[in-house]
Amino acid sequence: MTFAISNVRVAFGGFQALDGVTLSMGAGDLVGLIGPNGAGKSTLFSVVSGFIAPDSGEVRFGDAALDGLSPSARARTGLLRTFQVPREFSHLSVRDNLKAAAPGQVGEGLIGLFFRPGEVARQERAVTAKADEIIAFLKLDRVADVPAGRLSGGQKKLLELGRALMVEPRTILLDEPFAGVNPVLIAEIVERIRELNARGIGFLIIEHDLQALTRLVPVLHVMDRGRILASGAPGAVLDDPGVRAAYLGGVA
Amino acid sequence: MDAYLAAIAIVALIYILLALGLTLQYGLTGLINFGHVGFFAIGAYASAILATHGAPLALGFVAAAFFAGLAAWPIGLVSLRLRDDYFAIVTLGFSETVRLVITSEKWLTNGVQGIPAIPRLFSGLTVGIGAQLAVLAVLLAVTGAAVLAMRRIVRSPFGRIIEAIRDNEDGLRALGKEPARFKVQVLILGAGLAGLAGAFYAHYITYIVPDQFIPLVTFYVWMAIIIGGVGRISGAVVGTALLMLLLEGSRFIRDVVPGISEVEMASIRLGVIGILLVLFTIYRPQGLMGDFSRK
Repeated sequence: MTFAISNVRVAFGGFQALDGVTLSMGAGDLVGLIGPNGAGKSTLFSVVSGFIAPDSGEVRFGDAALDGLSPSARARTGLLRTFQVPREFSHLSVRDNLKAAAPGQVGEGLIGLFFRPGEVARQERAVTAKADEIIAFLKLDRVADVPAGRLSGGQKKLLELGRALMVEPRTILLDEPFAGVNPVLIAEIVERIRELNARGIGFLIIEHDLQALTRLVPVLHVMDRGRILASGAPGAVLDDPGVRAAYLGGVA
Repeated sequence: MDAYLAAIAIVALIYILLALGLTLQYGLTGLINFGHVGFFAIGAYASAILATHGAPLALGFVAAAFFAGLAAWPIGLVSLRLRDDYFAIVTLGFSETVRLVITSEKWLTNGVQGIPAIPRLFSGLTVGIGAQLAVLAVLLAVTGAAVLAMRRIVRSPFGRIIEAIRDNEDGLRALGKEPARFKVQVLILGAGLAGLAGAFYAHYITYIVPDQFIPLVTFYVWMAIIIGGVGRISGAVVGTALLMLLLEGSRFIRDVVPGISEVEMASIRLGVIGILLVLFTIYRPQGLMGDFSRK
């Protein structure tokens, strides 16, 4: 079991955002997470990635308990996340956005920068090649040199995925990767996620576009009011009367 | 006249060193330092005190950069816990505290009377233009070296990270990078530059008092980088040069327009700079040399 959230609770003032969430997924699993607005999905991501400390409960990744680790330390274990509202480095080019994510750069230390220029240059070439490879994989070639702030919403989503890929991720938490993305590009992203998953990268995906999501993931969790309401195969979960009542409001 | 031009150039270069430090801190890393003059003061007093006690001048310059950098260290640690605007207030408070300390600690700084008779650089050379040109040459070399080092930083992985911190700190954290170390380093480096500028100032003016280190100095540097373009090294240089030209050049308006007193002139000068800043913010917010975006 690579990734396990157990009994996580978070309250904001009097509002119980997460009310005892337990969820686990195996290495390389492809899992969806849905639920109405305010269900606590993004809060759950923030707890897992270390941006919000839970009131109780624990998060384990691989053999390690993540509790108490900083967001950056969690990312270094190979557990990456993207944001619902993209956090691009708006004045850096797309390529530099990706390069900024590369781990273990000698040139990020001032001593290395000024006293080991050969090593810095060698790493730069390697990192640039890797970034360009990911840029090509995500079909961002045409905007590689454009400041990230000028990208469309959909391109920013791809950029965030690309940055996460620079870090050698084992599991990526994607927060609404299809939001604001046109249907053609959604099909593209779905394809990319499948390919990455085939290489062994696990995904936990928050998404409101149920059509696209259910085509992609074999397992779906539904959240409502800070709890996991149902889990299982997408077809069965969406037919669950409780889910229909809470999430679909009887529309489907 | 030559001596006058050399004097302006020396002061301009001292301000360029200050502006480079602030460009590193704010322009590249997004740290709002409203207390730059505090580090300038620490540098000036450190080298002045050492020099008037007989230490070699070179040691004073090293000490100026060292002590200013050292003072930035706790400020850097504070910056990790504060949001941008609160950090700005803390730095402003810091520089005022520095001024109050040098005003009060008479045993060390001679209080409001200040430190007179600080040795000049190259005092062995004949008094007049020779020594001034030598100072100018050293300042040019130091500023040039600072510019080159900053260019190296901007184009490096380190530069990429600090610009990412400026653009989106949480985005960077989520990728496994810890902004803390970078912010502290940038504050220390920028403060070191300000300290060095302070040493040059003390040995050039030869007489320092606490009143020379008021927040207005900090805001002159801010004006310079805003006019020049905040994220650009060239912006720091061009903006400072232009500001100096305005501050000094406006003296000559009195030769042309009669009936303006010295006091009125000082106010007019600040008014003109104020209007200029407003116009820049409206019509060219990215400054003369451009904004944060890399070429």
